[in-house]
Amino acid sequence: MPAILENSGYSPDRKLKVVGTNPVKHDGPDKVTGRAKFGADLIVPGMLFGKILRSPHPHAVVKSIDTSKAEALPGVKAVCTAVDFPEIPQGSGFGDMTRNIMAREKVYYDGHPVAAVAATSESIAKKALKLITVEYEILPHVIDPIEAMQPDAPILHDYLRTKNDDAEDKPTNIVERLAVSMGDIEKGFAEADVIVEREFDSQPMHQGYIEPQGCVASCSEDGQIDLYCTTQGTHVFRDRLSAILKTDSSKIRVSQSEMGGGFGGKTSFYGEPVAIVLSRKARRPVKIVLTRNEVFRCTGPVSGSRSRIKMGSTKDGKIVAAESQLVFQSGAFPGSSHINAAQAMFTRYALENIEVVSREVVSNRPKVNAFRAPCVPQVVFGVEGLVSEMAAKIGMDPLDFRLKNAAAEGYTTCYGVTFGPIGFVETLEAAKACDHYNSPVPEGQGRGVSAGFWFNRGGDTTGSLTIAPDGSVTILLGTSDVAGSRVSISMMAAEELGVPLDKVRAVFADTSSIGNNRVTAGSRTTFSVGMVIVDSARQAIAEMTRRAAEIWDVPVEGVTFEDGEFRPAGANVGDFDPLTIADIATRTSVSHGAIAGHTEMNVTGEGPGFGLHIVDVEVDKETGRVDVKRYTVVEDAGKAIHPLQVEGQYQGGAVQGIGWALNEEYVYGEDGRLQNPSFLDYRMPVSSDVPMIDTVIVEVPNPNHPFGLRGVGEVPVVPTLAAVGNAIGDAIGIRPQSLPMSPPKLLALIDEANG
Amino acid sequence: MAEEGYAAPQTVEAAVSLLGAANGDARVMAGGTDILVQLHADLIDPDLIVDIKNIPELCTITEEADGFRVGAAVSGMALMDHAGFNAAWPGVMEGVALIGSIQVKGRASIGGNLCNASPAADSVPPLIAAGAVANIAGPGGLRVVPVEDIITGPGATSLDQGEIIVSFTFPQSPAHSGDCYLRLTPRTEMDIAVVGAGVNLTMDDNGVCVAARVVLGAVAPTPLLASDAADALIGTQVDDAALAEMATATSAACDPISDKRGTKQYRIKTAAVIARRAAERALERARAN
Amino acid sequence: MASKTHVTTTVNGDEHQYLCEPTQTLVDVLRNELELTGTKEGCSTGDCGACSVMVDGVLVCSCLTLAVETDGKSVETIEGMAGGGELTPLQRNFLELNGLQCGICTPGILIAAKALLDRNPDPTESEIRFWLAGNLCRCTGYDKIIRSVLAAAEEMRGN
Repeated sequence: MPAILENSGYSPDRKLKVVGTNPVKHDGPDKVTGRAKFGADLIVPGMLFGKILRSPHPHAVVKSIDTSKAEALPGVKAVCTAVDFPEIPQGSGFGDMTRNIMAREKVYYDGHPVAAVAATSESIAKKALKLITVEYEILPHVIDPIEAMQPDAPILHDYLRTKNDDAEDKPTNIVERLAVSMGDIEKGFAEADVIVEREFDSQPMHQGYIEPQGCVASCSEDGQIDLYCTTQGTHVFRDRLSAILKTDSSKIRVSQSEMGGGFGGKTSFYGEPVAIVLSRKARRPVKIVLTRNEVFRCTGPVSGSRSRIKMGSTKDGKIVAAESQLVFQSGAFPGSSHINAAQAMFTRYALENIEVVSREVVSNRPKVNAFRAPCVPQVVFGVEGLVSEMAAKIGMDPLDFRLKNAAAEGYTTCYGVTFGPIGFVETLEAAKACDHYNSPVPEGQGRGVSAGFWFNRGGDTTGSLTIAPDGSVTILLGTSDVAGSRVSISMMAAEELGVPLDKVRAVFADTSSIGNNRVTAGSRTTFSVGMVIVDSARQAIAEMTRRAAEIWDVPVEGVTFEDGEFRPAGANVGDFDPLTIADIATRTSVSHGAIAGHTEMNVTGEGPGFGLHIVDVEVDKETGRVDVKRYTVVEDAGKAIHPLQVEGQYQGGAVQGIGWALNEEYVYGEDGRLQNPSFLDYRMPVSSDVPMIDTVIVEVPNPNHPFGLRGVGEVPVVPTLAAVGNAIGDAIGIRPQSLPMSPPKLLALIDEANG
Repeated sequence: MAEEGYAAPQTVEAAVSLLGAANGDARVMAGGTDILVQLHADLIDPDLIVDIKNIPELCTITEEADGFRVGAAVSGMALMDHAGFNAAWPGVMEGVALIGSIQVKGRASIGGNLCNASPAADSVPPLIAAGAVANIAGPGGLRVVPVEDIITGPGATSLDQGEIIVSFTFPQSPAHSGDCYLRLTPRTEMDIAVVGAGVNLTMDDNGVCVAARVVLGAVAPTPLLASDAADALIGTQVDDAALAEMATATSAACDPISDKRGTKQYRIKTAAVIARRAAERALERARAN
Repeated sequence: MASKTHVTTTVNGDEHQYLCEPTQTLVDVLRNELELTGTKEGCSTGDCGACSVMVDGVLVCSCLTLAVETDGKSVETIEGMAGGGELTPLQRNFLELNGLQCGICTPGILIAAKALLDRNPDPTESEIRFWLAGNLCRCTGYDKIIRSVLAAAEEMRGN
């Protein structure tokens, strides 16, 4: 086990010079001058342009595809369909994956790829698509997940049987039933003085990154594949490409561009395998950049959900039972992350009796993808509504009620993990103390609060750190940088090595240059890579300690490392001037080899994250329009390595949640086609829609990490939907149960409230 | 796309003759903020694009004895920068200000907004409420048409093949006049009106409404001149009772569809609210003038 | 297919001559013909503002502008903002106040913000929010973008 997993070296007394400051991030200057290269920005000699033909039908058998006219068009260099991809049996994960990339037997959603073209220009490629004839046998379709569960619903996959269910052996759209439970639910409800039970629903929302997927694939004559793309995980892309293209991973090199937003949506590939297959056929590099229409119709979104939630509390404010039945839609293929919902929906309260049953359902919509805290915010929308409702019913302040039930160190969760030091209580106390909560609710407005939790993640991580002969430091990363992890990781290395941050630079390595890394997701990167790089720095320090001892000709124990210098451990060691890292590197790099550290490990010890949001809204009672007037995010970061970036995560998560809460949704027509695949009609928040987002960074250290940090990327979106919902409920007298809380729905509720 | 593809004539006559002589589908482009979207979404495939922004007459704003004359291709931003026009027609400018982003308004024009013929176009209701007329040039010469007679249905206009709108003429407002345009959208900006309402009122010296025009957007296949709603105000002091009657008449005039941007029922209900609010704002302005 | 048109456009002070199809957009030409990829394309429908540039001093979406229209005109893109010299106060404040996360919207926002400050050196928070409403950002929640513009404006006013 790597030493750092045994002993992180965390000390609350450590004097920090770099960690906790706000330096300019190293990728910043290129991003404010237009030099940074994103997925669509690579131009290579001889490059062709790829375009994908997509199904206009939500469900149909592909009877035949005639590409001959497209192939004959001057300028077209390759055309591909599913037959150009290796056959992988249906019903397996990779079988589904290859069919989502390029439809084989059937198309399952509006926008499902059926063929693709590579041509010398984009306009020729577009023309060629129009020359491809696809013969479809149109099948009945189903969009709504509840309808898809009915016995007479159109079946998407004949092979599908519900996992973990005793249902009869016949095709179904229900992918899986899973259950999470603890304690005795009936006994719990028997102790309750107040029981609340409601149904909630949410719609899929898109991750909404501003950069559409873009890539350049280049395949050589001997089968090597080079893929440049925007991605949250180069290694995951490589290994999945290896599986669906039946090519050794060692022959696939994936390099990442700067990523223009992902939020979970770039953990999977879409056009990238198509570009590779086209490049193989054309024997030239192929670039594919998705249009915004394609991004909305065919990538993302997150799972929509239905939930029935029941909770009970004693009259003195102890929650005694919580029960839920959940349904998550996963789109055309299995693969929602509904286990997260089942495990996290009530976690943050020290409950003893929990029972959750969740089902995942396929329907004729694009396959869902991850989004910040996948599957959690949409059910917390319901849970935190009920929590505030119980508090109101027994006449307790909503934060006091949450404090009374808050999980703390030593609580064992419904999924079997016992919490170490966590900061939920401290977060709630900070919320109670903040200015926003202590200001009266302005006339005509409503206020809501909501708490949120995310596990945070660790996982496979590899990193390298090298010290050049001049003493400057290079870090090699195999993870993606979604919002500034490069500088945060460099800051931790600088702190550990005692060198100025300016001496440290972190760069991306491609999949052939560094070992495995899990996707950047689940708030794992700054935590996990920080662990790996601090461990690597410690290896380098150990090596330099040996070299210092050799220079001074003293035992290794005679050398200590402090403040970036190697010093004699005591007066009896001898009178030596301290050696800096640069001194040792300059003197020994040539004679003794480079000074480096390199660590690969399955990182554990992530500290869970907790947040509490406070929001004030004004609802136009004649139109149902909502204005968010004031918003405060309180969240435990463990330790904010770069506080401005932590605030940025809090603020960005909150505004994404505001969009999901108020307006963002997928609108399908009777024909099963997406009606709003554009920014105009999808309605993400614009700058004039939101106020400043105030933040309070709570720091309850995670002792498993050398600087105490916890991931901060997921939690900020978790409470938002519920906080906004509770504020609207406070303003209009009825707490909405259906997302998004759009003006027509709210006006109907207002009319209901007015009788 | 034909050989000529794109043309940018310098005179109205040249533009009209290019459009008249074109084989196939010829499209007029002012700011291009609608037709370039349609072009790249493959909704249209024109053989010729006639860019009218190089014709000086289409790009100038002049204040004449009988009112303002605004070139059909004047950009939204150019109009927003014209202090005199802003002072005279704040309601028209409220509509113009809602046409897309600052970037879009850097190119989009009221002529284009009108000719795109969307029932939800933001500048059209206040233009109709203002009593603006379109000065049209075509193979048959010049004609003048009230703006309310231009749009005949979603995406359709009464312009003949080869005709272009050269400019709009806005009448001189009598004393005690005021206009306003409001719309309802879920977001503050970058949205399409779920409903919109343009109102233009003239009061007499005794505070009685002597003229009113109420125009609704996004509640019918074309922007709707709701004369019953206006009649509810004329002859009144535009008090609460009159406003309530106008709101009822507004809802009665609506004939909307349900779509991704709003339901029929919601539109009918909120059109009355938005029209009433626009009337209240127009009244404040009329009283101040 | 239509034959290509010969166009001369000054971009960031440099004259470029190129051939383009009549329906090719300015963003396409900037990125693919002139290889100035700092201007981003996020939607191609004028809804995200990532492709914002100045054409003869007017802020526009380069996805809603034909390249042929810029014949004889002057275009300014993000690559020209610092003019090959020091970063401007806007760029610097975005860096120092963390006004960017992933950075894909940043070029468009900087161009749009500069256009605002050229007209209005002392904008309010609300004026900035409404001016930038055509520039979508999904990372930041806009807070630090607005603060960066306010800080740059203050610095440029010499306070």
